[in-house]
Amino acid sequence: MGAVMSIEEIVGSLDSGMTIGIGGWGSRRKPMALVRAICRSPLTGLTVVSYGGPDVGLLCAAGKVRRVIAPFVTLDSIALEPHFRAARQSGAVEFTEYDEGMFMFGLLAGAHRLPFLPTRAGLGSDVMRVVPGLRTVRSPYEDGEELVAVPALTTDAALVHLDLADTRGNGRYLGPDPYMDDLFVKAAGRAYLSCERMVEPGELDGPPQTLLVSRMHVTGVVETPAGGHFTDRGPGHERDEAFQRHYAASAADPKAWAAFADRFLSGDEAAYQEAVRRWHEQDRDRDHDREEAR
Amino acid sequence: MSGSSAATRAEICVVACAEAWRGDGEVLAAAMGTCSVLGARLARLTFEPDLLTTDGGALLTAEPVALGAPAGAVEGWLPFREHLWLVQNGRRHVMMGASQIDRHGNTNISAIGDWARPKSQLLGVRGAPGNTIANPTSYWIPRHSTRVFVPEVDVVSGVGFDRAAALGPRASRFHGLRRVVTDLAVLDFGTPDRSMRLVSVHPGVEVERVVAATGFELVIEGEVSETRQPSDEELRLIREVLDPKGLRGREVRA
Repeated sequence: MGAVMSIEEIVGSLDSGMTIGIGGWGSRRKPMALVRAICRSPLTGLTVVSYGGPDVGLLCAAGKVRRVIAPFVTLDSIALEPHFRAARQSGAVEFTEYDEGMFMFGLLAGAHRLPFLPTRAGLGSDVMRVVPGLRTVRSPYEDGEELVAVPALTTDAALVHLDLADTRGNGRYLGPDPYMDDLFVKAAGRAYLSCERMVEPGELDGPPQTLLVSRMHVTGVVETPAGGHFTDRGPGHERDEAFQRHYAASAADPKAWAAFADRFLSGDEAAYQEAVRRWHEQDRDRDHDREEAR
Repeated sequence: MSGSSAATRAEICVVACAEAWRGDGEVLAAAMGTCSVLGARLARLTFEPDLLTTDGGALLTAEPVALGAPAGAVEGWLPFREHLWLVQNGRRHVMMGASQIDRHGNTNISAIGDWARPKSQLLGVRGAPGNTIANPTSYWIPRHSTRVFVPEVDVVSGVGFDRAAALGPRASRFHGLRRVVTDLAVLDFGTPDRSMRLVSVHPGVEVERVVAATGFELVIEGEVSETRQPSDEELRLIREVLDPKGLRGREVRA
């Protein structure tokens, strides 16, 4: 069963050099409050396993990452993640690059305590060249087909963000896509769940099939309102596109990034949310001034 | 719109993309890029009504919807995990983008330069390896240039015919590249050695221009035909139903 924890307690329970799985997909339902807290922490040398988005970018920018394991890193509405690009192009991080389906099979293997799962995905591509030690396996049956043996993507800890959770660590998603969050949780030594809203046990109303994460896999749960910001957090909490544009533009320039980090990332989660609120307020004022000027 | 004005280049591209799914029947038309997405939905609204299309997200829509519009009525659920299983299942023809493509149809969306220390990190291989080894695959390339059409791609994300052949007939039995649509032309791999062939040039485009924008030797067999014009009904569907905001014109300018 999960214990209700604070953001700082969760991040404080992690160690440098760990392999951390992060749920969500691209710039969608990422546990950003926990990611921001890792950026503020003394942790280093992490291996990050992710369908990558700004989680990977922020952690790279903060110098927390030794290796990224991912099929892509993207902001969705902005194709390329500037911090990840910079980290790759400067050689600051190592990269294990899988096909999206291979990656899912790796999580499935990890979630089910299998050493690997076979798939056709990857055959003939340069994934076989650039991932050292990646092996193929031959079907023991008549067909004798050779397939990629995707090794289990097991992690020391997983971080996922859901719309709703109870104080025991049961979690529900409200959007149209569960992503792979349940697999990340099951493939991890321990899992931490952040949620937009926390309720008492028995109050997770809704269709049972949207109960994605079970308390049996959760070590800690924390309520982080807007904790998925600026990524898409499901119905009524769509991606903050204006802020994401500001993030990406800032990330592409060292000076602008220093200003961004100072303004948004130098305090705790409450300070971040307040800084974002003020930024939007000023943005509205700017728009208003522009209207007036016409 | 009665008495339609002449089709723009973008509209010709949409129809050329739609043609990629002709004859596919009841499969998912998975598309990336504006003209490609419009093409999938147009094909379903016209000559390939059994196709399945999405809202751009996890929902299979009961009817094709306008670009960026809410899904409306839904006939199925295709979150990423189900989509990735469907790739393995095979009832899917995908049209992807490519930052580089060579004459065998190997494509790159991963990185430019040496993979170990890229000059330019792109998206990552995404689903390209699995797509190409398991599904019929086409490509939509909005800017035909020698930067994209290269002698050799830096990282093989999507598998071309030469690499598929090297895997042997069993491993490559689901591989197949159908067509490549660009802002200038339609190309395919219908040659004895499966190297890229110029099928048609879009109205107003000279063959020489396509050749000059391609960084390898294209197979050109006799007279190259012209890509077909959209019908009046297709133009109406594109302009009034599928893309009333004219997003196609941002991807391919007239």
